[in-house]
Amino acid sequence: MKRLAPLFLAVLALVAIGVAKAALSINGAGATFPNPIYSKWFDDYHKKNPDIEINYQSIGSGGGIKQVTEGTVDFGATDGPMNDEQLKAFQDKHGFPILHFPTVLGADVPTYNISGVTGELNFTPEALAGIFLGKVTKWNDPLIAGANKGVNLPASDIVVVHRSDGSGTSYIWTDYLSKVSDEWKNKVGKGTSVNWPVGLGGKGNEGVAGLVKQTPNALGYVELIYAVQNKMPYGKIKNSSGEFIKADLPSVTAAAAGAAKSIPDDFRVSITDAPGKTAYPVSSFTWLLIPSKFSDAAKRDAIKGFLKWMLTDGQNEVEALSYAKLPKEVVSKEMKAIDKIQ
Amino acid sequence: MATTTTTVPSAGPITGTRSFISRLRDGDEIARLVTFIFAGSVVLITLLLVYELWRESYLPRHKFGFGFFVTSVWDPIFDKFGALPFIYGTVVTAGVALLIAVPLGIGAAIFLAELAPARVSDTLQFFIDLLAAVPSVIYGLLGVFIVIPVMRQYIQPALKSSLGFLPFFQGPTYGVGFLTAGIVLAIMVIPYIISVSREVLISVPRDQREAALALGSTRWESTWKVVLPFARTGIMGSIFLALARALGETMAVTMVIGNTPTISASLFSPGYSIAAVIANEFTEATGDLYLQALIELGLVLFLLTFLLNGLARLLIVVTSQRGSGMGQA
Amino acid sequence: MSNRLSWRKFVSHFMLTMTGLCALVAVSVLFFILGYLVYHGGTSISWDFFTKLPAPVGETGGGMANAIVGSAKLLLLACLLGVPIGFFGAIYLAEFSGGSIAFVVRYAADLLNGVPSIVIGIFAYSLVVLPFKHFSTLAGGFALGLMMIPITLRSTEEFLRAVPRALREGAMALGASQWKTIASVVVPAAYRGILTAVLLAFARVAGETAPLLFTALGNRFWSPGWNQPTASLPVMIFTYAISPYDDWHRQAWAAGLVLLGLILITNIVARVILSRGISVPRT
Repeated sequence: MKRLAPLFLAVLALVAIGVAKAALSINGAGATFPNPIYSKWFDDYHKKNPDIEINYQSIGSGGGIKQVTEGTVDFGATDGPMNDEQLKAFQDKHGFPILHFPTVLGADVPTYNISGVTGELNFTPEALAGIFLGKVTKWNDPLIAGANKGVNLPASDIVVVHRSDGSGTSYIWTDYLSKVSDEWKNKVGKGTSVNWPVGLGGKGNEGVAGLVKQTPNALGYVELIYAVQNKMPYGKIKNSSGEFIKADLPSVTAAAAGAAKSIPDDFRVSITDAPGKTAYPVSSFTWLLIPSKFSDAAKRDAIKGFLKWMLTDGQNEVEALSYAKLPKEVVSKEMKAIDKIQ
Repeated sequence: MATTTTTVPSAGPITGTRSFISRLRDGDEIARLVTFIFAGSVVLITLLLVYELWRESYLPRHKFGFGFFVTSVWDPIFDKFGALPFIYGTVVTAGVALLIAVPLGIGAAIFLAELAPARVSDTLQFFIDLLAAVPSVIYGLLGVFIVIPVMRQYIQPALKSSLGFLPFFQGPTYGVGFLTAGIVLAIMVIPYIISVSREVLISVPRDQREAALALGSTRWESTWKVVLPFARTGIMGSIFLALARALGETMAVTMVIGNTPTISASLFSPGYSIAAVIANEFTEATGDLYLQALIELGLVLFLLTFLLNGLARLLIVVTSQRGSGMGQA
Repeated sequence: MSNRLSWRKFVSHFMLTMTGLCALVAVSVLFFILGYLVYHGGTSISWDFFTKLPAPVGETGGGMANAIVGSAKLLLLACLLGVPIGFFGAIYLAEFSGGSIAFVVRYAADLLNGVPSIVIGIFAYSLVVLPFKHFSTLAGGFALGLMMIPITLRSTEEFLRAVPRALREGAMALGASQWKTIASVVVPAAYRGILTAVLLAFARVAGETAPLLFTALGNRFWSPGWNQPTASLPVMIFTYAISPYDDWHRQAWAAGLVLLGLILITNIVARVILSRGISVPRT
């Protein structure tokens, strides 16, 4: 028994650590795509307001929607807006609506690995849809070659890579394909997980990136941040104005600006294939899901304070991490919407 | 529980002939009751789990019925769900894993228990136990960074050129697939086989070995024909542990299997397993039918484990020599 | 006759060499993994790693102190649940039970063992998180404890069975009651194996991610008490490894190394503190 004494002491120490001072603790969960910038934001906000601890965990957009509806977290986050059914479910369960607040912008880029091709390829919507439907099978297919004159494309089979895990990244990609291809819309549809006609499934951005990097003649889609941070080659996509645009921060913000005029009051909008000459066609908002009523006034004020900070100072931090800022029109609209939280 | 006199009697419950009163007085009945409660709680937990899975999957069960088992389509957008490719992938990867891990594991256990000096054996075992401690995420990452390229560049082409006439080694070689997942799983389950088998082999009484050697058998023969059968049930137990782990492993598999619901004889083909698809899609699944279809997959895995376990036990009973070991299932 | 003998000898040497090779393969895999982790994550291990809270991307000096403590708390809870059930249940199976009950319990344990970790997480979620409407360390410990049960139970039972019958009979011949025989003779004889079983189960759950995602969730800050979400090493590894940032990747490898190191230390400490004189010498 004497030998167990150190064990007891260790246990007591652990328990003691457990009983620490409690700051105001707010929990949120949801999308993985904005996790890096959220972690920076919440950390900076905590430095400015040491009594407020906002804990965000990335368990996936679906998880975020589910948990905030169940009430196990105080707020959620999602890459794809909640649909009417989910909004209703929240309303029915809590008795008041839930609000969407766009935070940053992201984009999906087509990344590839073709020996001998080092430059940027141009992709038309028809080519992309054809490839992912499995109808365009070789790299030197006229649909691809036609947009890339002068590039020596091999006659090899394209190895398509998509996401296996349900994700906002897939949602954006399939949303875009549904808009530019009726066949895709009717056959496959848009969602965080779909029944992909062809291709290998990689888990997470790193899974897709890894597969593309290692497999000759592969083509996949990843988040812009991921491609930038890992210095991966990616191609341009033709937007609705006919221009071939490479995804970067200005072109993504341009897509949001183009949609900003017609953005609905609840901010649930898809901005893929957005109008605008410089707009990148596969862009998207990501949203925070905030309940419109809080029973705990301290939590409510903390969250409202955070949102205001996020829309002003917070936006200045995003580009360093390769996220695109919200356009001014959206920011001012959101500021007004914060008052809806009670 | 009688054991025949010609066999080596392994230990087991001593069924006493003492009266109930004397057992009660000595506290034995209480001990029996208390330990029974603990053992019973295991069954209770398992039943509760099955119940929860059953309850939370009523939508797809009513909609698809038995068709769920034989449909190959998995379409979350159009609400068509079928389990067949996942069942196939789970069985194949677990099979490959055991095919690799069991001989390797038992071989290593024999070495550690019979040949290696005690200190070497203990030290090596220590390190092998660490293999069980590596987080499954790390196994997955190592699979992505190391195993997949090696498979794609060296091993798969080599297999294809030498054994390509077999349907198992045909088709395009991406690096991911059933074989890769099986190999990663094998590495993950080997520590269980080695650890448990080694301990059981060590505990085989010395006189068994000595008797065999005295009768003129070689070292190997005494191990293979006398010691191993004595430790048979323990080794089988370790294989069950390994099988269970292989069937349920989530993270590592999904990173190397290719995540494509395909059924193919080729081991190079990308595939999918039940645990992998649940892990991939559960957090993002919206819509009750979709969510419940995933839960029904969990139920299917349960059924699969049930059947595979039963089959394995049947195999043991059938191949077991009359009375050798405990014949326990 | 001598031909046959030399053949048998050859087979013997050959097979035993093969077993040596098997052991070599198994051990070299481990050293390879360790080496990889050290190479990629070694640079991120510093005093900060063990004492500071996580920092956001791009900022140096962050650590995983809360994840280390969180993992320790979770594992403590897991052991409190998993070890007694596994240990006492195994005693029942090995010492008290008849054939059919033992069969059912073993089967159930094997089934439980085969449940994917994520399904266990979902199960724990619906039992412990939903009713209370928050994620908690308790829920995480519960999920991990569930996973410990089958390994502990099955392995301990095997080791109890391996104790020779003669020992039991000797004790009972001296007048000991059954439970006393078990407590004073059988369990000490099987002690080494039981410790192995528990440590194996411990190592298994220490690295599990999926069950924690729905139960303990995760926390960038300290988690006071047992009722709040808490960070843990496997979840941090997972979150960091799937991020796009190199710095976080290196921290993920470092965390993997630290996790292994902590399990190794636990292994050593447990064997040293809890080992007793083994009454049955290794034969």
